[in-house]
Amino acid sequence: MKPSLYSPCGSGLARDGGRSGAELPALRPSSQASQLPQKVQSQVGAMADSVPLKRLVTRLLILVLAMFAFGFALVPIYDVMCKAFGINGKTAGQYEGEQMVDPSRQVRVQFLSTNAIDMVWEFHSKADEIVVNPGAVNEMLFVAYNPTDKPMTAQAIPSISPAEAAMYFHKTECFCFTQQVLQPGERIEMPVRFIVDRAMPKDVKHLTLAYTLFDITARQPPVAVRTGG
Amino acid sequence: MSTVIDHGHADHAHGPAKGLMRWVLTTNHKDIGTMYLWFAFTMFLLGGSFAMVIRAELFQPGLQIVQPAFFNQMTTMHGLIMVFGAVMPAFVGLANWMIPLMIGAPDMALPRMNNFSFWLLPAAFLLLVSTLFTPGGGPNFGWTFYAPLSTTYAPESVTFFIFAIHLMGISSIMGAINVVATILNLRAPGMTLMKMPLFVWTWLITAFLLIAVMPVLAGCVTMMLMDIHFGTSFFSAAGGGDPVLFQHVFWFFGHPEVYIMILPAFGAVSSIIPTFSRKPLFGYTSMVYATASIAFLSFIVWAHHMFVVGIPLVGELFFMYATLLIAVPTGVKVFNWVSTMWQGSLTFETPMLFAVAFVILFTIGGFSGLMLAIAPADFQYHDTYFVVAHFHYVLVPGAIFGIFASAYYWLPKWTGHMYDETLGKLHFWLSFVGMNMAFFPMHFVGLAGMPRRVPDYNLQFADFNMVSSIGAFMFGATQIFFLFIVIKCIRGGPPAPAKPWDGAEGLEWSVPSPAPYHTFTTPPEVK
Repeated sequence: MKPSLYSPCGSGLARDGGRSGAELPALRPSSQASQLPQKVQSQVGAMADSVPLKRLVTRLLILVLAMFAFGFALVPIYDVMCKAFGINGKTAGQYEGEQMVDPSRQVRVQFLSTNAIDMVWEFHSKADEIVVNPGAVNEMLFVAYNPTDKPMTAQAIPSISPAEAAMYFHKTECFCFTQQVLQPGERIEMPVRFIVDRAMPKDVKHLTLAYTLFDITARQPPVAVRTGG
Repeated sequence: MSTVIDHGHADHAHGPAKGLMRWVLTTNHKDIGTMYLWFAFTMFLLGGSFAMVIRAELFQPGLQIVQPAFFNQMTTMHGLIMVFGAVMPAFVGLANWMIPLMIGAPDMALPRMNNFSFWLLPAAFLLLVSTLFTPGGGPNFGWTFYAPLSTTYAPESVTFFIFAIHLMGISSIMGAINVVATILNLRAPGMTLMKMPLFVWTWLITAFLLIAVMPVLAGCVTMMLMDIHFGTSFFSAAGGGDPVLFQHVFWFFGHPEVYIMILPAFGAVSSIIPTFSRKPLFGYTSMVYATASIAFLSFIVWAHHMFVVGIPLVGELFFMYATLLIAVPTGVKVFNWVSTMWQGSLTFETPMLFAVAFVILFTIGGFSGLMLAIAPADFQYHDTYFVVAHFHYVLVPGAIFGIFASAYYWLPKWTGHMYDETLGKLHFWLSFVGMNMAFFPMHFVGLAGMPRRVPDYNLQFADFNMVSSIGAFMFGATQIFFLFIVIKCIRGGPPAPAKPWDGAEGLEWSVPSPAPYHTFTTPPEVK
């Protein structure tokens, strides 16, 4: 006969599903936390229609680990979704294509330059806005100046508003593709070249390209002497 | 297979061990349930005292009592402690006490893990509360701890906060695994799934929600930890990350979490209303399916918390309609509760008073939720006191009243004494009036534009805020009175019979009151 095992204080507890319901479970007469080897509990049957306890707990633990991993998987999933649907005004990387100019349509492109908190550089575009034709290659210069007495590294993060226009805004060249290292007192002009896609929805007549400049000196210490242009 | 373990059939029943070590080492589900409930109540008073600080500061416009920096810590800690310290442990406590009794099991399936789950909680909350005494202060970024407030701009103590969340998460996950294992493996013969009381059903579904989303929360705070200390950039735009990602990850956890806090209350109320209506529950099967639907829908609505961060129109529409859809299964539940009462022989003992108030006031909270679900309207309501009114209406008369109703309903079973009915009713009415006074005016000031999480406000909101504060003080003081009622009930009172409520159904009423230390050592036969 299969035993019923009952230990109210022990590590293992399972019931023989009533198949041997006539047999009284043996009570452990000790109140100290004890005692049963883990493997015993898995050897005792559970309810007839259920999986054994050990297997059930293992499955649940696997589910926990899978969901923990899923939490991290949300990071790449989010990036893919943002790229695929142009969510959040995230622009794609460097654009290689070319387009025919659409002279019949004009779009106003506005430029915003913002310093992240604790960033001390001067940072602005040469013009506040330009009017462009979809398909044409346009250029805007941004100016950055390091007023401090130490070399610093900066990273610009772009964002497009309205967000649904992000996937129609192509940059063929952008200072945001790399980091900028400026020596003390150095000033540079940084170009961004872009094409507004001809396929951009007609109701978008005005878009904003916003850059936020972050100080990443701590993350990427600048080399003392600049090596290139 | 058959490893016979024979302990000489020393069948003398044994009670609990003596002294403090009984509580430290116990693996008894009733002891652990009791500890969970006391812990939750302690945290309820602590979180409540933080709320009193908030309401005292908001009693009048202008800065009177605390500095804004401390005010922020109070709102944050109030939220964290109420969610993770009061409501969730209270329901785990009820689950520990009642699920084995309701399904005819001798104990929880994993008793040692049960002990560990509980004892992680005091450690977690000591860690969390200790941050208030650190030089930079405690968490001040709101209970939703959005990055970069909680990463780049966080006080030093944020690391303590992260570890505290990890500990609570581990505790909840282990508790949930225990509940699932108990319900699936330890039911008495004949207790099929569709015969289980709804409290057991709702807890089974809640446990799966916990297993699914607590690991995501753990991942979320782990990413924060790595951003703060190990130079990663999950949520930092400077390194290529995105702060909005934080909100997605957080609310993927956060929305199911709000159902974790309400589903067990649904279950408890579904036991209490039939008892005091002296009718079986109307639409048992639909209740089970409605609960499961709510749980499923809770996974696909998270972005309704983020309508204003700039998600595409299609996304706003999807999350709006999915959210509105939740009203359908919830409506089924409310309909069933009302139909259960319809033409019943109603009596209004304290548990029933709390349960009926639950149905009415939770529905009000549900309706304001529907208003918030409408994306274009939410642009106006977002981050105002209207949101505060909404979630306090679903959490206070929802989750908390559900816990009070359960406590009064099962106190005779736990203590062996009847509680003082007059005092219980007084507790209910003071709570009811105080709670509505505190939270109803928040709808108005919210619609008029008063923002959340501010220590000061425009003069035009002064009167309503004073009413809110008076109601909050009343509600807060009333809960000390509840403590008195419970202690009085433990110390004495009319002895409770095995089934103190004549209309009650269920296995828990087949054991004597107070429930013996060990119950159902022989499985009961369920017909």
